[in-house]
Amino acid sequence: MSNQTDAQQTPLLQVHDLRVEFSTSQGIATAINGVDLSVSAGQSLGILGESGSGKSVTARTIMGLLDTPPARVVGGQILLEGEDLLSLPSKVRRSLNGPRMAMVFQDALSALNPVHPVGRQIGELFRVHRGYSRAAAKRAAIELMDRVKIPAASSRVNDYPHQFSGGMRQRIVIAMALALDPQLLIADEPTTALDVTVQAQILALLKEQQVERNMGLVLITHDISVVREVTDHVAVMYAGRVVEQGPTAQVLSAPRHPYTRGLAESVASEELKGSRLPAIPGSPPDLLNLPMGCSFANRCWLATEECNGRVPTLTELGESRATACFHHEEVQPYAAHSR
Amino acid sequence: MPHIVAEHARRATNTSPIMELRGVKQHYAIARPLPFAPKKIVRALDGVDLRVKPGSTLGIIGESGCGKSTLARILSGLEAPSEGEVLFEGVDINSLRGAEKRHMRQNIQLIFQDPYAALDPRMSIEQILSEPFEIHPGLVPESGRRRKVQELMELVGLNPDHLGRYPHNFSGGQQQRIGIARGIALNPKVLICDEAVSALDVSVRAQVVNLLQDLQQELGLSFVFIAHDLQIVRHISDEVATMYLGRIVEHGTFAQVYDHSEHPYTQALLSAAPELRQGNGTKRELIMLQGDPPSPLDPPPGCRFHTRCPIAQARCAQAEPTLDGVGEGHNARCFFPGPIPVRSA
Ligand SMILES: Nc1ncnc2c1ncn2[C@@H]1O[C@H](COP(=O)(O)OP(=O)(O)OP(=O)(O)O)[C@@H](O)[C@H]1O
Ligand SMILES: Nc1ncnc2c1ncn2[C@@H]1O[C@H](COP(=O)(O)OP(=O)(O)OP(=O)(O)O)[C@@H](O)[C@H]1O
Ligand code: SF4
Ligand SMILES: [Mg+2]
Ligand SMILES: [Mg+2]
Repeated sequence: MSNQTDAQQTPLLQVHDLRVEFSTSQGIATAINGVDLSVSAGQSLGILGESGSGKSVTARTIMGLLDTPPARVVGGQILLEGEDLLSLPSKVRRSLNGPRMAMVFQDALSALNPVHPVGRQIGELFRVHRGYSRAAAKRAAIELMDRVKIPAASSRVNDYPHQFSGGMRQRIVIAMALALDPQLLIADEPTTALDVTVQAQILALLKEQQVERNMGLVLITHDISVVREVTDHVAVMYAGRVVEQGPTAQVLSAPRHPYTRGLAESVASEELKGSRLPAIPGSPPDLLNLPMGCSFANRCWLATEECNGRVPTLTELGESRATACFHHEEVQPYAAHSR
Repeated sequence: MPHIVAEHARRATNTSPIMELRGVKQHYAIARPLPFAPKKIVRALDGVDLRVKPGSTLGIIGESGCGKSTLARILSGLEAPSEGEVLFEGVDINSLRGAEKRHMRQNIQLIFQDPYAALDPRMSIEQILSEPFEIHPGLVPESGRRRKVQELMELVGLNPDHLGRYPHNFSGGQQQRIGIARGIALNPKVLICDEAVSALDVSVRAQVVNLLQDLQQELGLSFVFIAHDLQIVRHISDEVATMYLGRIVEHGTFAQVYDHSEHPYTQALLSAAPELRQGNGTKRELIMLQGDPPSPLDPPPGCRFHTRCPIAQARCAQAEPTLDGVGEGHNARCFFPGPIPVRSA
């Protein structure tokens, strides 16, 4: 970067109108249908969304880790400090993974190689990228395992992935992603297998990296309380699009998209014991056959003819908020359960 | 909602168990750091007694690595314990052979913690979901299987047109729902859910939890429900057991364990969940635990929790408390059970 102000103005990561398709035996599935995201250094962005809405595919596309085919990036830009990653040769692009950006995968187990001890897999990162000796790499591996609270790390460094519990593996994968101090970390469901105590420690560790090392953090999770506690901004995805985004506290307390509102309402609480949990009725559209209008219309209590006729685009509402809903003004603020 | 509480209490006190663990231990040997170093043993389960009652739900909570998945594998018969008995309808499942074993396998199903690892990547969803019916061919005639498989997909909110797809074509939460569909396919009597809803968004999670409860109502299923989401465990469970380092440390009805916790570990665990309130709607006081969880390679002497317990006394380091009654159907493994006194700041 040429000068300081320049570096501050360009967000660390910008995604513009990203589109990704999968070719399947039954036709083309539009998994990502025009996604816009932006994260600055030292900031954190939460991504909430329906299961199957494209969160993991977006993350993999940013990392350049999609299998193409069957996937195809059919449009858009991914800028890392202003540089378009989609136009880089794949070899150059992969060399960024580790030191510049890293990802914690949703399925921690498959991110680890089952035939090598975990210590060696962590150590390998230091040997390849930093030229550490075998002994130094092992020491670094133990230190990292300690840092993510694996009990008795030094006696377990030679164990294989299947010998650790689900939550331990998840922490090991997080340790590996943080090993090389990346500028950008994308964490896909990093704390689902963790108990509340360890979860709090891991989130604190991520937060510390984000603030102290000025890392950009993208946190994909279904846990609304995690989003609330950890992230500055949030983007809510539905059927391959961002349907709402803005500062986390505002979006969660006063949603301006019916889907966000429905999500907030589905959270279990003490009072609901013994009754059915409220859920948004219906299911998302088939990606092979997306509707002409709003993808949420078939489940939306505010839907009108207009919603079925054309796609609402993500529109600025001011105060850095945006929503993709024609009837955003009618979305009631969320006040249930005194939370 | 007093009638609901009464309903849960009724189910919780219905005694003759459908499954029971007696003195179950599971010890794993791990790699030695040096060729002649002493062999190391992970005590993943170290003396567990537990009963699963018919038609009711037993929730299991406890921190990462305390042995919940090991317990799930042992209950499902996937692993035999190094010591102790695993009874299903009164018979040790590890002594069964032939038709009896098949009957047991059909009736105890496990939904795995790691959805992707549990699905064979080379099999289509149709194959994955038809397989149980091929292994137990008497249940659904061959001609009706495709319809049945489509029904299962619909039940868990997946598009039945996607039957021909493979596991990697699905998102994490969709894979998890395939695992759930497989778990319920054979109408088992016991369904063990190991973090079975963790990868779902809250709305789909609510749908799946409602589905599980409907199945319980209609078919009298018993669930063992393991999850880190303490609110969901509270919601779905009749009884709850807290585990710590390979042992059960507290066990009772959901109301006893959540609202009248007696063991200090249960109290600390529940207090760490910010969204979880007490039965009377008040906030929980955060109880910070000092230190890290001890290693199951080398559990501390005395009470296993004494190294982190906010109320430990000298006695706790010397002798180990037993799981004793602290109320009707409520047990805790602690010398000094009861609410931790709130420290005035
Ligand atoms: N190889 C593939 N072929 C066809 N469709 C695919 C493929 N991979 C993913 N998809 C589809 O793309 C959509 C987006 O998947 P993605 O994994 O990004 O969802 P997600 O938002 O991460 O969901 P979850 O919260 O369940 O993890 C899903 O509907 C999925 O079925
Ligand atoms: N095959 C194995 N070999 C050696 N150790 C094992 C094996 N399986 C489990 N363990 C160990 O047993 C302990 C309990 O593991 P388990 O998977 O049951 O924990 P858990 O309570 O399910 O944790 P989580 O909440 O993280 O899933 C852990 O210390 C784990 O490393
Ligand atoms: S026995 Fe002692 S150390 Fe163990 S939980 Fe009770 S008070 Fe704490
Ligand atoms: Mg995902
Ligand atoms: Mg587990």
